[in-house]
Amino acid sequence: MFKKVLVANRGEIAARVIRTCRRLGIQTVAIYSEADAASLHVKWADEAYLIGKPRVSESYLNIEKIIEIAKTTKAEAIHPGYGLLSENPAFARRCEEEGIVFIGPNADVIAKMGSKIESRKTMAEAGVPIVPGISFPLQNVEEAMSTAATIGYPIMLKASAGGGGIGMQIVHNEEELRKAFEGNQKRATSFFGDGAMYLEKYIQNPRHIEVQLLADRHGNYVYLWERECSIQRRHQKVIEEAPSLFLDEQTRKKMGETAIQAAKYIGYTNAGTIEFLVDEQKNFYFLEMNTRLQVEHPVTEEITGLDLVEEQLRVAAGEKLGYSQEHIQRRGHAIEVRIYAEDPKTFFPSPGAITAFQLPEGEHIRNETAVQSGMVVTPFYDPMIAKLIVKGENRKEAIDRMLQALDSYQIEGIKTNIPMLKEVLTHPAFQAGHTTTDFVNRHLSNISIKK
Amino acid sequence: MNQIVATMAGNVWKIVVSVGEKIEEGQDVVILESMKMEIPIAAEASGVVKEIHVQEGDFVNEGDILLELE
Repeated sequence: MFKKVLVANRGEIAARVIRTCRRLGIQTVAIYSEADAASLHVKWADEAYLIGKPRVSESYLNIEKIIEIAKTTKAEAIHPGYGLLSENPAFARRCEEEGIVFIGPNADVIAKMGSKIESRKTMAEAGVPIVPGISFPLQNVEEAMSTAATIGYPIMLKASAGGGGIGMQIVHNEEELRKAFEGNQKRATSFFGDGAMYLEKYIQNPRHIEVQLLADRHGNYVYLWERECSIQRRHQKVIEEAPSLFLDEQTRKKMGETAIQAAKYIGYTNAGTIEFLVDEQKNFYFLEMNTRLQVEHPVTEEITGLDLVEEQLRVAAGEKLGYSQEHIQRRGHAIEVRIYAEDPKTFFPSPGAITAFQLPEGEHIRNETAVQSGMVVTPFYDPMIAKLIVKGENRKEAIDRMLQALDSYQIEGIKTNIPMLKEVLTHPAFQAGHTTTDFVNRHLSNISIKK
Repeated sequence: MNQIVATMAGNVWKIVVSVGEKIEEGQDVVILESMKMEIPIAAEASGVVKEIHVQEGDFVNEGDILLELE
């Protein structure tokens, strides 16, 4: 096992990775920007280094600076967390070149899965079901129109390099497609430097259900069941749970085995997630693969009893998975909510100073955060400031416990989405399991998203 | 005269109007980028753009004047 690991991330995920390292007796090196000096991830690490100004391009995305700190501090491995450099093949390659272990799959696999078009093509070759659509970028709006006519409306128009919901739009007819194509292509070019667009059939009333998997470097693969992540706003997840109420055992097994089949085909190693869209008839289609730890990994940890960061470290250090598929437990029901610093009605960000912060506590409650009372939530990063995870014997108990925990969640000075989370959790449609990806727009009152 | 201010801290991502342009109430004039989100700032009244106080890429705080109308 490693003696020292650098955590190339910030906030709650950096703090969470550091916690597991400490438990395993691994020394930790944190990096931080000028805006994050007070963050818990800086306090908890054995060493911490200021790497630059608040903007990510001048701090957390500075590959050479991070490599330099890893070398100076003699860190043997780098944990990239999620977001930032976690799915950047150039970063993984630089680590490889310097003899630093990148805790994740190899650079080629990251590159292949990082492109929506390339990953779709690869998954089709691997025999994984994909949503009807195209595997090559559209030349122009005319081609978009003729392709859409063949597949049939409604269509989902996507930017190849998009992510986090940016660059995606549902279109219902030719006129909408024409408008959306030009606007989105322009935006994708300016946002991502890549205007490649493609389209696919829009699945009606879909659920977003993903499969967590682990693979070691010795050819062993396991799947750690599924996470249901359909409750989203602005195409970003808000509430995640495991297991999914919607899946029957047969579908669960089929999805798990399909995920393994995909991972084997690309020679995947470490922790990864295959995201699927699941339609009303429980047909599932490959959406994308995340070649890193997910934000919502704690719900999987709660039902399996595994620590995914520990598993990542072990696999990266060359150890074998210590168990096979039939040993993976699935006990109880876990729910995670993401606490966002944002207006609960418009979903616009709400940066500012946190004047009071008191987390709920209890046997079945888990908090993940790197903020404290008195800290300032800055406009430079993602608005997610904390995660709250609860576990119950069953889904109903988990929902009840989550509502109780949210009642005692005290945060003042900034707006948060807690009122919206409570509205979802108390909604009869959520409680009945009608968790489709349009839940927020369909069922919540007074939501006013400005387009 | 009417001032349009930033409703939250963030980076000026796009300025979508220019000096001398006639704009309508509710029209987006500046797009801020805050917490990885685009935040359109709309004019609260109609008018002609008199002066633009910020440039694309600038960091602004809540309440900072973005532009003036007349």
